Amino acid sequence: MNKRTRLNYFRCEFEARSVNEGFSRMLVSAFASQLDPTIEEICDIKTAVSEAVTNCIVHAYGDDRTEKRTISISGSYYSDGLFVIRIKDKGCGIDNIEQAMQPMYSGSSSEERSGMGFSIMESFTDSLKVRSSPGRGTVVTMKKYIGNADGKDE
Amino acid sequence: MEMTAVDREGRLTVTLSGEIDHHSAKDIREAIDRLLVEAHPKALVLDLSGIDFMDSSGLGLVLGRYRRAKETGTEMYLANTSDRVGKILKMAGVDKLIRTLRKDAENKSKGENRQ
Repeated sequence: MNKRTRLNYFRCEFEARSVNEGFSRMLVSAFASQLDPTIEEICDIKTAVSEAVTNCIVHAYGDDRTEKRTISISGSYYSDGLFVIRIKDKGCGIDNIEQAMQPMYSGSSSEERSGMGFSIMESFTDSLKVRSSPGRGTVVTMKKYIGNADGKDE
Repeated sequence: MEMTAVDREGRLTVTLSGEIDHHSAKDIREAIDRLLVEAHPKALVLDLSGIDFMDSSGLGLVLGRYRRAKETGTEMYLANTSDRVGKILKMAGVDKLIRTLRKDAENKSKGENRQ
């Protein structure tokens, strides 16, 4: 078994504004492109990132404009093709993660939300983890193997 | 994001191109709803042939327009969905709820001959 080594890392912080949804997709896909992914893999990553960032904008900070509305994204990739992306906010947190992750569940009644965000993140990546503290924020970590269909360490 | 609309004999075809995310969905939603009220068409066709990217906000947009159209007695169809967009629609079961027209079927029903 080869030891997994980290080959590259980035971190970026930006304001939780909807105009930055496109920016975050481009940022992560530009970084992931260093792994020479397929178009399908890049589309999966862009969609999963868009869902996580949109959640921060719609749910984490809501309409409260007084607090510091920031989203931080970090990404890294490893020698075995593992790509890890972490999206973090300092918003209201999620009281019931299990409920929030149910397909078609939406915590927003003011906007037309499909409630499919977490389902899409889950299905377009190999692993999804959500950690949240009510009142302190949420961290979403997604892992995807690029160029390694088995998604296993060698 | 760009949108064009053609109203022909009670059939309103709205063609969207670019990216549908939470940021762009609001403007599209408002524009289509305005058209639905003004034109009150028999059928609404959402042509997604120019969509490069769509996430769950696109699902919300499509399902929301379906509900809105149904309220006013308008039949809604989707047209020219890419494999990528189709995959996301299928995840939410939208493919079972809203019929997707294929290009040839759509032209036939419009009575058009394209060279």
